Amino acid sequence: MASLKDLRNRIASVKATRKITKAMQMVAAAKLRRAQEAAVAARPYSERMSTVIGNLASAMSGRAGAPTLLTGTGFDETHLLIVATAERGLCGGFNSSIAKLAREHADRLIAQGKTVKIFTVGKKGNDALKRVYGKYIVEHVDFRSVKQMSFAEAQAVAHKVLNMFHNGEFDVATLFFSEFKSVISQKPTALRLIPADVSGGKPADLGGAVYEAEPEEGEILEDLLPRNIAVQIFRGLLENAASEQGARMSAMDNATRNAGDMINKLSIKYNRQRQAQITKELIEIISGAEAL
Amino acid sequence: MAGLHFELVSPARLLFSGDVASVTLPGTEGEMGIYPGHSPILTTLRPGVVTVTRDGGAAERIFVRGGMAEVNPQGLTLLAEVAIPMAELSAEALAGQIRDAEEDVADAKPGENLRKATEVLNQLKALQSSL
Repeated sequence: MASLKDLRNRIASVKATRKITKAMQMVAAAKLRRAQEAAVAARPYSERMSTVIGNLASAMSGRAGAPTLLTGTGFDETHLLIVATAERGLCGGFNSSIAKLAREHADRLIAQGKTVKIFTVGKKGNDALKRVYGKYIVEHVDFRSVKQMSFAEAQAVAHKVLNMFHNGEFDVATLFFSEFKSVISQKPTALRLIPADVSGGKPADLGGAVYEAEPEEGEILEDLLPRNIAVQIFRGLLENAASEQGARMSAMDNATRNAGDMINKLSIKYNRQRQAQITKELIEIISGAEAL
Repeated sequence: MAGLHFELVSPARLLFSGDVASVTLPGTEGEMGIYPGHSPILTTLRPGVVTVTRDGGAAERIFVRGGMAEVNPQGLTLLAEVAIPMAELSAEALAGQIRDAEEDVADAKPGENLRKATEVLNQLKALQSSL
């Protein structure tokens, strides 16, 4: 049986924890708003980009000499999984759900006899995958020192991916990130980067006219596709940032509520015990007086 | 059709959206003036200055680097990796861009990429000296 002092200490410690989780929740809420704005603001660019690439790709289809970034290398042997996660924990199932999706994907590919390479972006994903899939991890970057995700970071990642592609280190690249649906719902998503997924963009209505291209379509595509990789990665990173804060906010909200419940329970226990002690002391005094 | 619907988008945000009288943009193969009713065209951009002329004749100048422009019947969409209004473009910012470009040249393998990187660097330098 815990003494009154023990109970008092426990209540104090849970109260301190509640203060911390409450503060983290509020910080996450403030950051979420900013991250959400950034993610929403980045959408037009990536949408327009995929529309344009979709247009060009349909113009190029069936023609020889299309860039390999669009059509792929013609093989399906080596897969690069780019797993983008957060730098910090305490955000519910956010990191583990992305890692889980990537793991399932990797297991499936390995079962099919393909070669798997993993590129982790963010510390937590690396931690989660290191133990079992450590030997597949070929690259890792983290942004611990970066406060606000900018396009330059995405470009750095894209640069590495493109270099690996040009050196023939993989055939298919897939990006794993968490799509931001709402504060309480984030969906782990797999997005194929190479060969480019052109099904998403719907062609613009040209009213029967055909695009003039300057320089040629092929050349524009060659210029555009590497940029598109960076744009898609950037989008993934921004969605991730917003999802992370959303996940953290709801996780910390839960934690704050749990701490509150715990404080209530402990307080009731404390009060009962105090009452029991007072009663006990009274009985002792009364029975002492009666004995005289 | 009155006015040209012009949108300038950078990866971080939508910078400009509205109807304008005309836009002059630095295409890879030369300056291009886009007026309302232009035929559909796609072009890549070289580093340079986009001039946006409003209906009243007031002009805005915006520095862009890396990207492409698309004209379709709905209007003109400009996708730029870097877009800074000329008023906010300082000499340091441009110098930073040039440093970036120099690194690209240093990194590039001989061949097509090196040629492109050098071209970008030269265009940036030309822009710097013209300011």
